[in-house]
Amino acid sequence: MQITSQTFKANTVKALADVDLQRALRHVEKGFIGKRQKAADALPEFDALRDNAVEIKNHTLKHLDLYIEAYVAKVEASGGKVHFAEDADHARRIFLDIAKRRKAKTVTKGKTMISEEIGLNAFLEENGIVPVETDLGEYIIQLRGEHPSHIIAPAVHINRDQVEADFRKFHVHLDPERDLVRPETLLSEARQILRQKYGEADIGVTGANFLIAETGTSVIVTNEGNGDLTQLLGKCHVVLASLEKIVPTLEDTAQILRVLARSATGQEMSVYTTLSTGPKRTEDEDGPEEYHVILLDNGRSGMLGTEFEDMLRCIRCGACMNHCPVYHAVGGHSYGWVYPGPMGAVLTPSLIGVDKAGHLPNASTFCGRCEAVCPMRIPLPKMMRHWREKEFESHLQPKAARAGLGVWAYLARRPKLYRAAVSYAMPALKLLAGRKGRFRSLPLAGGWTKWRDLPAPEGRTFMQAYAQSGHGDPK
Amino acid sequence: MSGSTRDAVMGRLRRAVGANPANDAERRAAVAARLSDAPKGVIPARGQLPPAERLDLFIQMATKADATVTRLGDVSDIPEEVAAYLRERNLAPAIRMGRDPRLAGLDFTRTTLTVTTGPSEGDDLSSLSHAVGAIAETGTLVLTSGPDNPTSLNFLPEYHIVVLDAADVVGDMEAVLARLRQTHGKGTMPRSVNFVTGPSRSADIEQTLLLGAHGPRSLHILVVGEPG
Repeated sequence: MQITSQTFKANTVKALADVDLQRALRHVEKGFIGKRQKAADALPEFDALRDNAVEIKNHTLKHLDLYIEAYVAKVEASGGKVHFAEDADHARRIFLDIAKRRKAKTVTKGKTMISEEIGLNAFLEENGIVPVETDLGEYIIQLRGEHPSHIIAPAVHINRDQVEADFRKFHVHLDPERDLVRPETLLSEARQILRQKYGEADIGVTGANFLIAETGTSVIVTNEGNGDLTQLLGKCHVVLASLEKIVPTLEDTAQILRVLARSATGQEMSVYTTLSTGPKRTEDEDGPEEYHVILLDNGRSGMLGTEFEDMLRCIRCGACMNHCPVYHAVGGHSYGWVYPGPMGAVLTPSLIGVDKAGHLPNASTFCGRCEAVCPMRIPLPKMMRHWREKEFESHLQPKAARAGLGVWAYLARRPKLYRAAVSYAMPALKLLAGRKGRFRSLPLAGGWTKWRDLPAPEGRTFMQAYAQSGHGDPK
Repeated sequence: MSGSTRDAVMGRLRRAVGANPANDAERRAAVAARLSDAPKGVIPARGQLPPAERLDLFIQMATKADATVTRLGDVSDIPEEVAAYLRERNLAPAIRMGRDPRLAGLDFTRTTLTVTTGPSEGDDLSSLSHAVGAIAETGTLVLTSGPDNPTSLNFLPEYHIVVLDAADVVGDMEAVLARLRQTHGKGTMPRSVNFVTGPSRSADIEQTLLLGAHGPRSLHILVVGEPG
């Protein structure tokens, strides 16, 4: 997919003015936050499970080479095949080889963010293969020619009436007079249309929430059942997964599952948690003839052992974006690539480069809600700061911003000079503001004063006020 | 190509985690120990109950996840219960099931049901499966693939009826995993293990929860016998 993270600022201006998007985004704040809280409160061990989930992932990352070795051996023992993919292009070529060998014409797909990351759909179309998204949200956005705006609710930016209009436009074989007012009817219509597709598919593609080293198993966690039909009825099952999905054992999976669904949708457990190991067995009467795993690196091995390693614990629950005031305001597409919200602000620069995605770690109020709700306790704000530092070090910011930061840093390192400077500046600003005590415009602060007045300082610095309060000199 | 990529990726991983000949044996031992011991971690107290209360919790949690549950005294009650369930919902008196020996002996001749056997072809309205177990903590059924209970019966029909032996209800997922290991051997798995918690659903349209997405619209559980 085309990356538009470079134009993040312009994207957000457009998003803020988009009435339909703003209407749809209200559901994020309303829907997810309360449900997660209720589910977390209902399980006294929730925080202990989070701690253990963090430990499991940390242990796994420290031994990732060995767990991957064990995983690959188990997949092969169960009759499956693991393909290592260096990057997006390599993953696409591996997929095409499998598709060509199977003379594939149609590929059904469960929801997979790795497929978005490698731009699989457009590539398949270029090669004369029809990709069919089967998750309801993914199906809707495929009709619209869009990309997901949320990692677990891909069509969260769309309203019901927009879905109705799309279904009328694309499902032309159905009665144009049919009643589609109720969301239930929309769901039934999508169900009916997709029913035909599963069995016709030459390949069924899914992602994976976990890859289990102990057994060579891939795990998907879903509510609709489309992922299961995709992997069960396609003649060949291809799993797209990245390196960090590995967990050691079945028990480790059970631990992390307990925090995943609760953090994502506020469910005790998602409807379908499915463990798949290898292709159809001799005695099986259903199931895929072939089972492949495309194991994607695409920059992850470069994060291991760095200050961004913690990000590899991410289980893609979406809680950070569900709780992010910036995401609530601008939606997922503004972030300009696959992963939006706080996790995207950290992961995207790692995967596509800080030169392209430098705006994202800056799009944070540092309110800390993302870290507070992250089931894997990923220090997202700290990592966004790391990116800001790297952006500064690589001279990627505009000259004015760098100059401003330079001046500030010079003063901040010289407390006496700093205090002297502000002790002159504060009364001067008070004087300039006049009786209103506010600025309607101010040089260098146009970004602020364009939207609201800037309150003027009251004339004293904090240090002076503190000293006069009787607490003594704060030095 | 993939072979050399594998070597390249693994080489980078080894460097990143600081693997070297000096710590190789120690690291391998740590991984081997975890894979063989499979430590359990934190088990919530919620499901740790005596059998009768555990079954009650399962029924409560499954109901909360929008499944329906009926208790039966004996397996021989299943045919009439299935017939009644379909009749009450004005559904065709037909059911599709696998070759599970626990269901094969059922006498459906006392009902008007048409019973067919094998995986779902996609046009069956109702199916009957036998679960290998269930988890009280979350109200979750556990089903495994194979000719006894083909996986397609769990997903294609609109009405899925699942038989569960009351004695197979355990407290937590870890207890199910231990049983799977006992049945299939350590490190070996059936092709598919399905943890099912309620009927299928979607909230993709305006975050409004709707039942019956791509899988069954209804999940009906027949709990047979007494908990033990």
